[in-house]
Amino acid sequence: METREIISTGNDLAAIAAVDAGCRFFGGYPITPSSEVMHTISDLLPAVGGASIQMEDEIAGIAAAVGAGMSGVRTMTATSGPGVSLKAENLGLAQMAEVPLVLVNVMRGGPSTGLPTRVSQGDVRQARNPSHGDYRSITLCAGNLSECYTEVVRAFNLADRFMQPVIVLTDETIGHMHGKAVVPTLEEVQNGIVPRKTFDGPAEEYFPYECGPTEPATLNPMFQGYRYHFTGLHHDRNGFPTEEIETCRKLIQRLEDKVMDHRDEIELNEEFMLDDFNGEDGEVLIVAYGSVSLAAKEAIRHLRKDGIKAGLFRPITLWPSPAERIKHFTDMTKNVLCVELNIRQYTEEVERVSGRLDIEGLYKVNGRAISPYEIVEKVKEVF
Amino acid sequence: MAFNYDQYLRLEKMPTLWCWGCGDGVILKAVVRAIENVGWKQDDVAVVSGIGCSGRFSSYVDFNTVHTTHGRTVAFATGIKLANPDKHVICVAGDGDALAIGGNHTIHAARRNIDINFIMINNFIYGLTNSQTSPTTPQGMWSVTMKRGNIDPTFDGAELAIAAGASFVARETVLDPKKLEKIFIKGFQHRGFSFFDILSNCHINLGRKNKMASAMDNLNWIDKITVSKTKYDKLSEEEQLNLFPTGVLKHDDEAAEFCDMYEELKKKYQNNEKFTQDDFKKKI
Repeated sequence: METREIISTGNDLAAIAAVDAGCRFFGGYPITPSSEVMHTISDLLPAVGGASIQMEDEIAGIAAAVGAGMSGVRTMTATSGPGVSLKAENLGLAQMAEVPLVLVNVMRGGPSTGLPTRVSQGDVRQARNPSHGDYRSITLCAGNLSECYTEVVRAFNLADRFMQPVIVLTDETIGHMHGKAVVPTLEEVQNGIVPRKTFDGPAEEYFPYECGPTEPATLNPMFQGYRYHFTGLHHDRNGFPTEEIETCRKLIQRLEDKVMDHRDEIELNEEFMLDDFNGEDGEVLIVAYGSVSLAAKEAIRHLRKDGIKAGLFRPITLWPSPAERIKHFTDMTKNVLCVELNIRQYTEEVERVSGRLDIEGLYKVNGRAISPYEIVEKVKEVF
Repeated sequence: MAFNYDQYLRLEKMPTLWCWGCGDGVILKAVVRAIENVGWKQDDVAVVSGIGCSGRFSSYVDFNTVHTTHGRTVAFATGIKLANPDKHVICVAGDGDALAIGGNHTIHAARRNIDINFIMINNFIYGLTNSQTSPTTPQGMWSVTMKRGNIDPTFDGAELAIAAGASFVARETVLDPKKLEKIFIKGFQHRGFSFFDILSNCHINLGRKNKMASAMDNLNWIDKITVSKTKYDKLSEEEQLNLFPTGVLKHDDEAAEFCDMYEELKKKYQNNEKFTQDDFKKKI
């Protein structure tokens, strides 16, 4: 793959990636520490014929973005935890009506107003089910500057593939980090764009929500001769409200299965210094994601120098979780340490899929990053 | 020749879930007649509704239709319109949608003067959900959340829209479908935010407990509380109390429309130019 280098910040990279991936609409509301995404995209979109609008609140920001998405445009919003809380309702509508959307959440300390200018990974659990009801959230998590670009691009393609919102988690550290990102060339990105599936037969034969039991809806753009209906209510194959028992059951089951039966298309992990793991005593498996993984990698290099065989499993797709891969490594390795900027939010998932309750954790919730040194110390203390 | 409603209706969705004698159907008919009159093609129109009885409006008409979350109607519509500035967008919201849960969105859509036609079906009550107080419920009337008479001060949506910057504001009632159609035609042809406060009856969930249990009684009450703007303007302040003027309340053809401004912005990018404050100086 041909690459190029961009010197920038995580937030700017997310905005640049969106435009490169064909995003032509942004609706949002400023919130620290994500605002720079809007600062940059509001300057990029009008120049390429798109549109960006600062709405009156977080709710309207996502509503405008979803509206544009319903009309057929690639669309994005960006926010931080408190904004996601407000956007949850319309994320739910986008899940239910199957409207593709990318939401970038630059995480800060919570709950509530929390620590607006400080780093956190406190929204990992929220990202799994931001809105009420049954559906499967797709959540990606950028672990370095390059991924602020590549994961946003991947999110747009996944959103169109599965016809639903895709959340990209970054955090204050990565969002404001300035440095070199190695990313695919624009041509590579543009060639990789897989737009949403559309129907081009006669309008009488078009049923937007009629599809296989594990497939997403086929939603044609508006204003092109295929008139149908969007609703957050349970709906039939034309999108019209219904309470018919089987239709309701099938719809919600399909929202679950369209994601869970295609996890292989969504899953992405990094396995760092795990190739020499073979289950012998003393191996240490660290599970970390996002900006924390940068510290974890540095810690692993130190631990290896000190003769401790440590490695990192880093989910890049957080939800749905890479259950089989986590189980593979946790079955093999006795010493497992989860490192998170929250309290046990992903550890509980590791416990669930591994069936183990002896997973060690290093958690920090004071708005400060975890240093490699702290991870090294923790490993030496508990194992 | 008789008007062909069938072309614009989703007949398989009939009958509507609206009660017998409900005014919402009168509004629906006037809307589709107005659309035909202004010559919009069905494919070029999006109808976006909120939650409540009025929320079902969008599913009965054969356009590109969206049933959104409560109160967020015009925020969704803003995204649709800004991404497709040459298409036509109609919002249908209830008084709860437009003035309570979505009040902020109504204000800012009006402020932007974006070319959206915002129809507020004002039946003075939360009808679908059994008679809770709405921002337009008259004081002293019974509601299920104010059983000894509503004390909550009322809100005039049209005045709000005027103050917030909507460039076309009108009020009509379901009593006169012809007038209704005319006012929609005027508003639809207007480039800018058009706000319609349309007074409708809910004899079932407003009327029954407020001594107007039949559609006719409810409509007579609406007739009593409305007067044409021409007559209204001649009344004393005291006489104007508790009366709603009908007709076109504001029509400003000069006001810049948001999507047009955004197109100008795109040109600035192409030509590497900037707006200055002078570009926006106009008479206040």
